[in-house]
Amino acid sequence: MNSKNPPKKNNWSWRSQAFRGLIYQVIAILAIGGFVWFLAHNTLLNMRVRGIQSGFDFLKQAAGFDIGESLYPFDSAQPYWQAFLVGVTNTLRVAVLGIILATVLGTLLGVGRFSRNALVRGLCQVYVELFRNIPVLLQLLLWYVILTEVLPAASDAWVFGSFFLSKGGLNYPIPVWSIGQLWAAYGLIPGLVLAWVYRRWAKRQFEATGRVRSMVWMPLVIVLAASLLGWLLGGAPTALNRPFKGDFSIENGGALTPEFLAVLLGLTLYTASFIAEVVRGGIQSVALGQSEAAAALGLSRQQEMRLVMLPQALRVIIPPLTNQYLNLTKNSSLAVAIGYPDVVSIANTALNQTGRAVECISLVMLVYLSTSLGTAVLMNWYNSRSAIKER
Amino acid sequence: MHLSKLQTLTAVVATVGAFMSAPAHAGKTLDGIKARGQVVCGVNTGLAGFGAADSAGKWTGLDVDVCRAIAAATLGDAEKIKYVPLNAQQRFTALQSGEVDVLSRNTTFTLTRDASLGLHDTAVTYYDGQGFMVPVKSKIKSAKQLKGQTVCVQSGTTTEKNLTDYSKANGLNIKPVVFEKLEAAENAYFTGRCIAYTTDASGLASTRNKVAKDPKEHIILPELISKEPLGPMVRRGDDEWFAIVKWVIYGLLEAEEYGITQANLEGLKATSKDPVVQRILGTSEDSGKLLGLSKDWMANAIKATGNYGEIFERNVGPNSPLGLPRGVNNQWNKGGLMYAYPVR
Repeated sequence: MNSKNPPKKNNWSWRSQAFRGLIYQVIAILAIGGFVWFLAHNTLLNMRVRGIQSGFDFLKQAAGFDIGESLYPFDSAQPYWQAFLVGVTNTLRVAVLGIILATVLGTLLGVGRFSRNALVRGLCQVYVELFRNIPVLLQLLLWYVILTEVLPAASDAWVFGSFFLSKGGLNYPIPVWSIGQLWAAYGLIPGLVLAWVYRRWAKRQFEATGRVRSMVWMPLVIVLAASLLGWLLGGAPTALNRPFKGDFSIENGGALTPEFLAVLLGLTLYTASFIAEVVRGGIQSVALGQSEAAAALGLSRQQEMRLVMLPQALRVIIPPLTNQYLNLTKNSSLAVAIGYPDVVSIANTALNQTGRAVECISLVMLVYLSTSLGTAVLMNWYNSRSAIKER
Repeated sequence: MHLSKLQTLTAVVATVGAFMSAPAHAGKTLDGIKARGQVVCGVNTGLAGFGAADSAGKWTGLDVDVCRAIAAATLGDAEKIKYVPLNAQQRFTALQSGEVDVLSRNTTFTLTRDASLGLHDTAVTYYDGQGFMVPVKSKIKSAKQLKGQTVCVQSGTTTEKNLTDYSKANGLNIKPVVFEKLEAAENAYFTGRCIAYTTDASGLASTRNKVAKDPKEHIILPELISKEPLGPMVRRGDDEWFAIVKWVIYGLLEAEEYGITQANLEGLKATSKDPVVQRILGTSEDSGKLLGLSKDWMANAIKATGNYGEIFERNVGPNSPLGLPRGVNNQWNKGGLMYAYPVR
């Protein structure tokens, strides 16, 4: 038997399963490709027949409309693609912040359901049942109504020091940009390096002597101290751009609009209830013996959760957590209902100014597809990192 | 060239078929309407005075009456309409895709819409302009005082762009807060999220009248910052239907000019010696024939809705709840812009 050189002919015959599989896949791809081509061709043909102009050339034209809030300055003379970019950054801003806040709140709530305190346990359960069972659009509208109806007009804004809360949103002081802040940023870099070195040292100390050192607070202090030192070296600028009451609105300072706050609040509180359930499920999946073993070692309840339960639960938590992150990002499109200029809102406006419905919708699809795939890739990477290492 | 019998036969059938299938005058849309027994009309989701359904589901308004006139002219019955409420974003797609036959929904005629959306502007039914509404207690007297302020807007309209243009031209740096739904935009204004609310002046009057708790607490600023000629739109590619919609509107205008009303219609039909009146009512020449309609197309329309002046009075005029002055929407010989092409 000559196993080294099997007859090649066999690989390309219908009797070979691999070959047939390949052929089926090629046929499937061709069929799908053909179908997509037919759809595109048919759409374009019909649009041409009806005299509807098409194409992505409009992206280079001046947008001609203003956008209420943007992370960077946008002027109506800038082209449509930059308007889309403002929309994308607005979507990402609310999604990223929402994901961080919902994760923190959701984890606390999920862990809270194992509390020995019946009140805490009950409250966490009530929260979850309440927030996950009310449609998210209703919640967004509710927060928006609360923010715009209950809060006072700008002229009678609630004042907390230099913070103003009114129908115009939350206005807060921002530092006047000067060279000193740049020095503070410079200070961050050695601070981060120092913190990293400290953590390595602390870890080695722990492995050698068993002494537990602060792995979170101490590095944080190091980073902040280095940054503070940089700020002092830069001349310690203290000038603040403080908001003040104008005739009809709060002027100057930084501002978070009620639209942004309502979307952030609504999405965070809604998604946190699902994350809480994901975390609870993950923790319950860890065998009871692990908890008993931790108690036998004399670990405190907090240490047990942090060092034994959560690391094992993470394996179960991460995949469904990814889904929640994707949901939060996609749900941010509901922001259009309460006037937050996310990418859907901008696309709607662009669609109506130009009439390029197919193009604008496909751009929105592209944006959500890439944010979703991006999130999934990141989370899969994290998942493989936190999987059990088999040695 | 040698043709077989079969080939000859095919050629003859094809040629005859090509001639036979050429429509006489009725376009595809009118054929569809006749077959279905209904005009499908795209209207506003709820703008009092222009297109709104009451609690019993009955649609009223200026835009709605134009639909009713079209239905009466084409089918002889103003009730044979299916109303499709559309928001600002849905409207053009609904018309392009054939979901509605005519879009009668306070839509502004612009170059982009006429030239690039595969649509046709028919005839203006209301000359409007964009304005601002502010609370009386804000003590704002002019749009120029809106510097740096937030203004609530509905998305997907010409309004957004006009606001930006005006803000730029006057260095006002106005911050728009854009809502998808009319109700949401109005609500945000009335809760005080925005200092001002902007849309067409007719829409402002409608909102102030129908939505405000106390209409007296809100004023419409004197500046009109744009021209907004509003009227029905139809799809491109059906010239016959385009002509019908256009001429029903001109007919309503001309009926007012020549004093034909819902009340005196029957009398004039029998007695009028005025050739113009006779033509409009189809008692002498058959004015509907060229449009592919019946002889009494316009008489049916006027019987159902009255002439343009009556439609205006009933829905938006000074004595209606909206109380809009006739202004530029008066007839051309009374100082307005309404000038119908002659029905002849």
